[in-house]
Amino acid sequence: MTLTDQSLLTTAGREVPATINGTETIPYNGVGGHLPHGNKIGAPIRRCVDYPANGDKRVPDVGDMTARLKVALQRAGIADGMTISTHHHFRNGDLVANALFDAAAELGVKDLRWYPSACFPCHQPLLKYLEDGTIHHIEGSMNGPLGAFASEGKMRGMAVLRSHGGRYQAVQDGQVHIDIAVLAAPTADYFGNATGDRGPSACGLLGFGLADSGYADHVVIVTDNLVPFPCLPWQIQGQNVDQVVVVDKVGEPEKIVSGTTRVTKSPDRLLIAENIAKFVRDIGIMKEGFSFQAGAGGITLAFTMFLKEYMREAGVTAGFVRGGSNQYLVEMLEEGFTPVILDGQTFDLEGVRSMRENAGHQNTSPFTSYNFHGKGNFASMMDVVVLGATEVDVDFNANVVTHSDGRLLHGIGGWQNCLFSKCTILAVPSVRNRIPVILDRVTTMVGPGELVDVIATEHGLCINPQRKDLLEAARGTSVPLLDIHDLKKKLNALCGGEPDKPQLGEEFIAAIQWVDGTTIDGVRRVN
Amino acid sequence: MSGRRGDKLRGDVWYGFTPASSGGIELDFYSRLDGMYGDSTRELLRGLLAEAGIEHGLLSVNDAGAYPFLLRARLESLLIRVTGNQDLRLSPEPPLGAAMSAPRRERARRSRLYLPGNESKYMLNAAVHGPDAVILDLEDSVAPSAKEDARAVIRHALFHLDWQDCERMVRINQGAMGFSDLAYLADTPLHLILVPKVETAEEMHVIDQALGERDVLLMPIIESAKGVMNAMEIASASPRNVALTLGLEDLTADLGVVKTTGGHETSWACSQVIYAAKAHGLQAIDSVYGNVADEEGLRASVQEAKAIGFEGKGCVHPRQIKVIHEEFAPTTAQVERAGKIALAFEKAEKQGLGVVSLGSKMIDPPVVKRALKTVADAIDAGLLALNWRD
Repeated sequence: MTLTDQSLLTTAGREVPATINGTETIPYNGVGGHLPHGNKIGAPIRRCVDYPANGDKRVPDVGDMTARLKVALQRAGIADGMTISTHHHFRNGDLVANALFDAAAELGVKDLRWYPSACFPCHQPLLKYLEDGTIHHIEGSMNGPLGAFASEGKMRGMAVLRSHGGRYQAVQDGQVHIDIAVLAAPTADYFGNATGDRGPSACGLLGFGLADSGYADHVVIVTDNLVPFPCLPWQIQGQNVDQVVVVDKVGEPEKIVSGTTRVTKSPDRLLIAENIAKFVRDIGIMKEGFSFQAGAGGITLAFTMFLKEYMREAGVTAGFVRGGSNQYLVEMLEEGFTPVILDGQTFDLEGVRSMRENAGHQNTSPFTSYNFHGKGNFASMMDVVVLGATEVDVDFNANVVTHSDGRLLHGIGGWQNCLFSKCTILAVPSVRNRIPVILDRVTTMVGPGELVDVIATEHGLCINPQRKDLLEAARGTSVPLLDIHDLKKKLNALCGGEPDKPQLGEEFIAAIQWVDGTTIDGVRRVN
Repeated sequence: MSGRRGDKLRGDVWYGFTPASSGGIELDFYSRLDGMYGDSTRELLRGLLAEAGIEHGLLSVNDAGAYPFLLRARLESLLIRVTGNQDLRLSPEPPLGAAMSAPRRERARRSRLYLPGNESKYMLNAAVHGPDAVILDLEDSVAPSAKEDARAVIRHALFHLDWQDCERMVRINQGAMGFSDLAYLADTPLHLILVPKVETAEEMHVIDQALGERDVLLMPIIESAKGVMNAMEIASASPRNVALTLGLEDLTADLGVVKTTGGHETSWACSQVIYAAKAHGLQAIDSVYGNVADEEGLRASVQEAKAIGFEGKGCVHPRQIKVIHEEFAPTTAQVERAGKIALAFEKAEKQGLGVVSLGSKMIDPPVVKRALKTVADAIDAGLLALNWRD
């Protein structure tokens, strides 16, 4: 399996790789243009008599985390070319993935496919395993140094970036078969029942590991807080778990809070957040029983704070909110601005605490939230969602995975899935260090413009001309409204024109999947 | 050398120049954005060197993503240093917004946002935060070694950036450097000059003369005991004066007292300046509120300022603007009455009547004038819709 330069064209006119790691690509065919059918895949049949009758699935104490993981991997039958998955609920404080591949390397296994729900700068040590052949390629978000490595064409296989919902979809329809799932759990019992909301390393939710626990051939729970059976509540069911590895420390929860989970202090970004909140208030979205979601990121968190003030002034409460729980959402819950938070993940320790103590939280997963193979979609029920982007274009297409230099830098997260809300607002500063954020054509298309309703900058809001209802409603707002072409012209005049396109190689280094399993864009090597 | 550089610095540029007598122009060029703007930046720089008549030499460039107007400004200060020609100016980038309106005496000056003169990043979006005025500062916020660089930044920013409806103010330096600031900015579109630490009418006369025929307004800053005592004559010293303001940091230092939140140590000075301003038909504008994080403190401070006769306040952070405007906004009862008077005035004008009356009561012209201003302020503050007459 090597990188390919053969391409196909999507209906949006984007070139995508014709094959992805040896499998034929299904090019993106528009929103709702690909409707797969048939049966979902199933996990292999197991026999309870093959497991310890006393329920104790612990791996013997044979040394440090790496040594114990080695035993677990051997028992799981690890072999060259297998797919190993992990979750990212510890965000930049994850300790398990690095130890896991240390163990695999010591076992001399080669050509593994790593299938994380996201990776972070803390995973930089894995570069050496991409170089020495332990890991063949990564299918997950490609943040920081790993993204740079892939962008330079150094990864042997093609990176495949999926949304959180898309990761579940890919497992369920067999696009990705997980051989071994290794799931960090802040609290677990010896049978494998596990939860994330308590224990010294509590990280909140474990929802991103659910697909893995239900569909992998072999499931390993790694915990640093073994409690007597039964671990209650449990988020991961021990009935899906093969082995339990007890270690000293699975993660550093204080590093859950990364740069994207702090409120911005920049006056320009605060102005964007304030403008969005005013817009949501003025056009009538903010009414009794409404719902909203704000993603991670300084602007969207600030939006939550402004919105709360306007809700207080108007005496309005939400029906429900979705989130990564964080202190601002928790305050809304505790002060009665919403009766419930549907948690997709947890962005800070205040969110973790509240999840544990407040019955107003409901654990969700990408499956219950917005998986394409679900029987309905929470995301499309939301009245408004506020997200970020690295770039947008005049057709409202948006990019979240690369910057204008063409390098992979970020994952998709739940971003694509959330675009289906009734009003999707992208909050972006108009320029980043001379690089204009509004372009003729985004470097990488991750979200189609037909799903993006509003682009909000510090200069004002651009409403997608297809949303005539919003344009009509927006006449009642005090927020400045702009034509996106006018704004782009002005930004170009400030920046000295549109930036030169990056010099890219022929071969694709990454495929960007759409929520339905088709490929919406390809990313080429940076020279 | 000119400009700034550093590992963490973004959006700026550093230049060095080695003169030569032959060999043409050589560029030693590094840019963080080489792949995106490298070609156009090199072309711009070569064009500007030609414009300035520089034919030979090595230009070293370390660009951390400076915008074109800043690339020009920094080169301008470099070339002034290299050539020793104090009159050298480079052409500015075309204006991003509408042309500057003429200076107007009568306008709201509730908020004026200070922008450090050598920091272009705060200037880019200053106007979108909606202050009544921006102050591009050459004085206290600029290090002595960066004064000349800052002049060029301010000059190019004034020509190029979109300042929208903001009144464009520049605070010059004290003394002799202030005059060279004025000379440097002679061709620049600006509305008003803030003159720091004015102590006598004579100082204003000299500034007035230096400005010649220029259509530009003045706002003296009083920040010493002597200045406070001479406030009356300073207020009347120049027909260009539109407002008086205070600098409380310097004033408390001059008095040898500690500046407190309550401000009783300078309350007499404030009143003196307010009376001097009003006695000459000028606006009285308060000093800044320095604690950016304390919104409630700012609110109280503006209420206090308004209560004793100030009509505006300085801002050191854009988030202060909204609070200041809210607190200087007229009350609902005031707006209602002003609206009635304004309607009566319009009716009287339409009917060609010389007298405005509300019911059976005649309204004096200054009351009408004030009502019209209240209506305009209320619209500005979002208390009245544009179509309030309906």
